[in-house]
Order: sequence, then structure tokens, then C-alpha cells
Amino acid sequence: MSEFASIDEAELRARTRVLLDEIHPEQTDSQTFRQAQYDHGLALVHFPEGFGGLGLSPKMNLIVRDEILKHSKVFYDNPPASIIGIGMGMPVVNTYATDEQKRRWLPKIFSGEEIWCQMFSEPSAGSDVAGLTSRAVRDGDEWVVNGQKVWTTVAHLSRWGMLVTRTNPDVPKHDGLSYFVLDMQSPGVEVRPLYQITGEAEFNEVFFNDVRIPHENMLGKEGQGWRVAITTLMNERVAIGGGGSKKKGGGAISQLLKLWKERDPSTASAAQNAILRDRVTQAYIEQELLRLTTQRASAAAKAGNPGPEGSVGKLFQAESAKRLWELALDVLGSDGLAFEAGYELRQAAGGTDTTVGLAKYQFLRSRANSIEGGTSEIMKNILGERVLGLPGEPRVDKDVAWKDVPRS
Amino acid sequence: MQTFTDEHEELRATVRQFLADRSDENAVREQMASERGFDDSVWQQLAEQVGLTGLIVPEEHGGAGYGYVELCIVAEEMGRALLCAPYLSTAVMATNALLHCANAEAQKALLSGIAEGSTRATLAYAEAGWNVGDIALNAQEKDGGWVLDGTKHHVLDGQTADVILVAARTGAGIELFRVEGDATGLTRTPIPELDQTRRLATVGFASAPATKVSDGDAQEGLERTLALTLIVLASEQVGGAQWCLDTAADYAKSRLQFGRPIGSYQAIKHKCAEVLVDVEFAKSAAYGASRAAADCLDGEGDWDSLFQSAHMAKSFCSEAYFHAAAENIQIHGGMGFTWEHPAHLYFKRAKASDLLFGDASHHREALADRLGI
Ligand SMILES: Cc1cc2nc3c(=O)[nH]c(=O)nc-3n(C[C@H](O)[C@H](O)[C@H](O)COP(=O)(O)OP(=O)(O)OC[C@H]3O[C@@H](n4cnc5c(N)ncnc54)[C@H](O)[C@@H]3O)c2cc1C
Repeated sequence: MSEFASIDEAELRARTRVLLDEIHPEQTDSQTFRQAQYDHGLALVHFPEGFGGLGLSPKMNLIVRDEILKHSKVFYDNPPASIIGIGMGMPVVNTYATDEQKRRWLPKIFSGEEIWCQMFSEPSAGSDVAGLTSRAVRDGDEWVVNGQKVWTTVAHLSRWGMLVTRTNPDVPKHDGLSYFVLDMQSPGVEVRPLYQITGEAEFNEVFFNDVRIPHENMLGKEGQGWRVAITTLMNERVAIGGGGSKKKGGGAISQLLKLWKERDPSTASAAQNAILRDRVTQAYIEQELLRLTTQRASAAAKAGNPGPEGSVGKLFQAESAKRLWELALDVLGSDGLAFEAGYELRQAAGGTDTTVGLAKYQFLRSRANSIEGGTSEIMKNILGERVLGLPGEPRVDKDVAWKDVPRS
Repeated sequence: MQTFTDEHEELRATVRQFLADRSDENAVREQMASERGFDDSVWQQLAEQVGLTGLIVPEEHGGAGYGYVELCIVAEEMGRALLCAPYLSTAVMATNALLHCANAEAQKALLSGIAEGSTRATLAYAEAGWNVGDIALNAQEKDGGWVLDGTKHHVLDGQTADVILVAARTGAGIELFRVEGDATGLTRTPIPELDQTRRLATVGFASAPATKVSDGDAQEGLERTLALTLIVLASEQVGGAQWCLDTAADYAKSRLQFGRPIGSYQAIKHKCAEVLVDVEFAKSAAYGASRAAADCLDGEGDWDSLFQSAHMAKSFCSEAYFHAAAENIQIHGGMGFTWEHPAHLYFKRAKASDLLFGDASHHREALADRLGI
């Protein structure tokens, strides 16, 4: 017996057509359509019935996509500002929340009506996020939170935030954390933009000043926040690592190939052109293999949440993207000296910035790929230690009360 | 081998102090966002107090008459501080174009102004590519004078220069012309730069009146000017790379994660060590090239070794700088990706100075040609 529900491909396609008969993407907006998609269990088919899914294998999600694209010129992909909510918020809520909470949160995350952010990193705790300093103290049926988060993507647009904070400083760091869903409209939450290399602010600093959270918004038990956080992070890595193209030759590589074809070869020597051509081909191979590796990983995916092997795709995606956009600048040659988008400081509208199509923008933006969602160095540690079973580094912060660990 | 004397170290210390006072991070950020891109009062001080604008201008024209070892020390410090000023254009490119392509009359007319700080000049040469041989912009005689027609790209400080020296084609080959910044028929369009600390412009000429300042074909002189410019640029890159290394290593010592300085992890320690090796090799390339330039201009060396070391330095230092700047961002984590931290300013300068005058692989090919590889 399979661990998944017994709906085959034909049946799933039929159900998708029922959805399309009821409401068609070409005749409605993204939010309305995605809401209906959720109600039909076709949002994330690997989610349980009644919560946006049908209890199927995650790889069957592609069938729904394929069937919609067969019948509609319009396809409502995940809204850019909702990537975090859909990629991380939904799996965490699905794994840890009560049914009532799931009904409250899941449909609105998927439809894009409510944006979610991830409030893990703090100024002193990035790679070592479990070392974080912000504090929640119990007060009756509520928790009172004080402290600061940093690098919080889309916090300025968010209605809800996934918050990891310290509820017990006297035990080793992993044991003293708890996980909450915070209403970002609560009094005492202050969001300030943080500008980045491109001049945009995708991320923010978030300050908590006696912010009150109802106890029922704790996901998992008190002191189990790290387990819940790990679920979030593993999903994040798959969301990022799997962010490569779904189509052969699509995504970033298609942009590079377009630059290559449009470029005037007469400004460079034959030798220069040959060198660039080889590098462009190498980039093609990398992106194509990233696509195939993601495909292979998702075919092998089991029910439930992903494990540490998601770091393979995340690591390669980050490093290959940096190489690809660096190469794009070399392909542009002296045109690469101009940055048409300009550096005006501005808050990002959630990934819909028109500059995204610009190779030079991507050249700058891709530098974050090996930092966000866990750095490349941390990915290598995870692959070495958690996947290959190599011995870890000597640790000075294990089995020591959090409050006694040195921090900067 | 290049070694530095006490006088050299003194010069370095003076320039570093001057830049610490007048071109700290705040000043750089202010200038890079300003319309003209540099501070006139700093330029004046650079000329009058420190005598840097005329560093290689011969004494007979009011300059200091120094050579490339000194010039490259100054450039290294400017690169380290990311000084926003029309130095590479005026004190290096235009000055060299005058010294290597122009007649005595033109030298006399312009060099003293450059040394005094009253004239800011640039050289407009590149069109479709970076090779001097590709210059096509047309110069024609008209009413006893000359007019220019065409477009020059990536002209350093082209928007603000008082005088633009233009390489253009005549019946005699490629010659050098002088065009005033306010000439009729001249359009100067600033480029929105990737690297905001160095200004570039597209300069258009529509029957723009010009004075011919070369006597006969100036192609070889232009090639020399460019090679000397590459050597100075490579020195700038070394200064920037060293800043990235210093900044990264300092951070690796002070930032704690998992209760330990991040520099105690081999992943970070080895990155720093690899950048160190690159910076040391970049220094060998740039210092070697400045020595080769000094020897050649003193009549003790030859132009061929100067060209070779210029191409070698520009290709190696470009990649070393980019490597150092990229790793500096990575070692700083999220902080390195912010606007607030200066790491990105160096990263942008590194890539832009790699692309400027042809990227690393362009110069490797030029070197291969010289070596007969
Ligand atoms: C664009 C962007 C968006 C982001 N969005 C979010 C978000 O929405 N929510 C959120 O919570 N966070 C977010 N982050 C934060 C991100 O997760 C952290 O920046 C990242 O985990 C690194 O932490 P740090 O910046 O503190 O760097 P540090 O952890 O201080 O790392 C500094 C350097 O040390 C290295 N290092 C650290 N520990 C080790 C080790 N044990 N072994 C080897 N090397 C090590 C790192 O690899 C890095 O090179 C975002 C970051 C970026 C750049």
C-alpha cells in the first residue's frame, strides 16, 4: 500500500478540469482563483484533504500545473511576496497548528491575501540562529515578547510572522526556544526597512516592545521551538534550491542565452568570443543539471517534511547563480558598466520590481543567494555532517546554558 | 624587484592620512550621490597641499616630476579609500596622452593647469571596443581648423572635464585633438554607473570644433598612454583588494557564531588565506608593473616589458580584487549585503574596474599576443 491517497493522474486531471469549469483563470484574478484552487484541494496536493490538498505525493503538484496550463493562457503562480508564506509557512502550519488555526491561516496564505514573514535571524544570531537573544515571558494566557529581528524579508507587507524566540535562557540554547505565529498588527511591533546592495529594501529590522501573543499561537510545545524552526528551514532550502527552472532552458539561463544572442560579437576578438561561448555553455549545463537534480529529488520526496539533503540543491543553486550573473556581466562587456536601474533607495513591492529582468540587477542580487536561507558554508556543514555523517567541529555551545555561551 | 624607500613610505602615509581626513566613508557616500561626483575643495587640496594632480607632470610645467612608483603608491591609497575624484582621468590618462602624443605647445598649454588643479582633463578614446586600433571617430579640416563627428563611450569624468582630449582618425592615422568642455556640437551624457564612485559619460561630437595637438600619427602614443593607465588602475585595485582583506579578516576575528569567532572555522579562515595569497600576488603584479614603467620612462627598460607587465597586472589584479570583494561580502553574511555596510561599494568598484578598458581575459589575450603564445 502506498502512503498516499489513491487518486491517479487521470483522476487528478479530471478534478483540475472541474475547478476550471467552475472558475477560469482567464476570467478572474489571482486571489479569487487561488482561493478556489485551495478549496478544491488542488493548492498543494500533498496536503491533507480539507486543507488545500488531497493527500497525494508532492510530485503530483506538477500535474495540476500542467493541466491548468493546457486549458488556460493565464497561470497564477505563487505571488512573489507569498513565497515565504507558501514555501515555509504552510508546511509549518500544516505540521504543527490545530485544525482551527489551519482553516484560519492556510487558505489566505495560498491565495495571497495574507503575507507571511520569517522572523528567525537576529543581529547576533544568523547562522547560529538557535543562539538568538529575543525573549518571551509568560503572562497568564499570553506571552510578552521583547527584542529585535533582522533581515526579515517582506515584514513591511506581512500580516503574520513566524517567530522563534527564547522562553528559557537557563538551558542549552536549542532547548530554550519556542515558536509563535505573531500578528504583525499587534501593538509594540515596529518594522523598519533595511536597504541592500541594489538600493531596494526587501528586508527589514523588526523590533518588539512588550508585544503580546496569545498562548494558543505557539506552534509545538514550549521549549520545542527549534524542532519547528528546523521544519521551516528545511522547507526553505527546498523552496530555494528547487527554485531553478521547471522547463528545460527556462529561467535564469534563458536570460543569459538571450544576452548572448543579442550581443554584438564584433566588439570582441574571436578568442574572447570562444572563451565566453564555452562559459555560457558551462552555465547552461549547470542550470540544466540543477533542474534535473531538483526533479530527481522531488521524485524521491517522501510524504511529510524534507530532510537535510535539500541542502544539495540550495548550495548548488546559490553558487551557480552567482557564477551565471557574473558571466552575464562579462557577456555584456563594457555595457556592464552602466546600471540603468539606478540605486534609488526604495522598499521592494515583494519581488515584482521591474528591475528583476535586468542582468545587472541579478548580478548584485545574486550575492545574497549564498547567504539567505543559510549560507553556503552552513550548507556544506550540513551536507558533511548530517548527510555524509562526517564528525562535527568541536562545539563550545552544546550542553551549556544559553546564557553562558559567548556571543558578539 | 620593487622595494620601497623611506620616502615612498612617507608619501604613502601622507596620502593615507589626507584621504582619511578628506575621503572617509561618509565623504565617499556623499560624493557618489552628488551630481558632479567629486568635491572641488578636495580636488584643490589634492593639487595644492599634496601636489598630487601634477605628480608625474614634469617640473618645467609646474609638476612634481615623479615617476610611476610614486604614482602607483598614490593610486593604491586612492583605491583603498575609494576616493571619488577625476584623478585617473586628469592626472593619469590626460596627462599621459599629453606627454606621449601631444606637441610641446599643447603640453605647455595644459600641463601646468593640471598640476595647479585648475584644469580637469580626460581622454576620450573608446568607441565600440577598447582597442586603440578600432578608433573610427572622424576628424576633418574645416576653415583652417578641425571638426569632429561621432561618439565616444565610457569617457572617464567626461561630463565634468574642462578639456577633453579626443583620439580621432585623420588621413595621417589616429591623432589627438583638444576639445573644450563647452564647445558647440558637444554633448555629454552621464551613464548611470554600476560603480557610483567613478563617473563615466557618453560624449557625442556633431561638427564639434577641435584643435589638433599631435603632430602626426599618435597611435603608438595612445597605446602607451593606455598601458600606463592600466598599471595605475591595477594599483588602485590592489588598494581596494587589501581593504577587503583587512575588513574581512577583522570581522572574522570579532564576529561570534556558535560561541566562537567565525574566523576559527576553516571555511572562513581558508577564504581569508586564499584572498591573502591573491592580494600578495596582485601586489607583485602591480608593483612589478610600476617598476617596469619607471625603468622604461627613465630609459633603463623597454616598452615591450612595460606592455607585458601592464596586461599581466590588469588581468591578475582585476580578478584578485573581485575575489577579495566577493569573499568580503560572504564573510560578512547578511551585513555584507546591505547598503549600510561599505562592502558593496568595493564589490561594484571591483567589477567595474575589471570591465573598464577590457576585462581580465581581454588582457590575457593581449599578453599572449605580446609573448607570441
Ligand atoms: C536577502 C536576504 C534575505 C533574508 N531573509 C530572511 C528572512 O526573511 N528571515 C530571516 O530570519 N532571516 C533572513 N535572512 C538572514 C539569513 O538567514 C542570514 O543572513 C544567514 O543565516 C547568515 O547569518 P548572518 O547574516 O548573521 O551571518 P553569520 O552567521 O554571522 O555568518 C558570517 C559568515 O560566517 C560563516 N559562518 C558562520 N558560522 C559558521 C560555521 N559554523 N562554519 C563555517 N562558517 C560559518 C557564514 O557562512 C558567513 O560567511 C536573509 C538574508 C538575506 C541576505
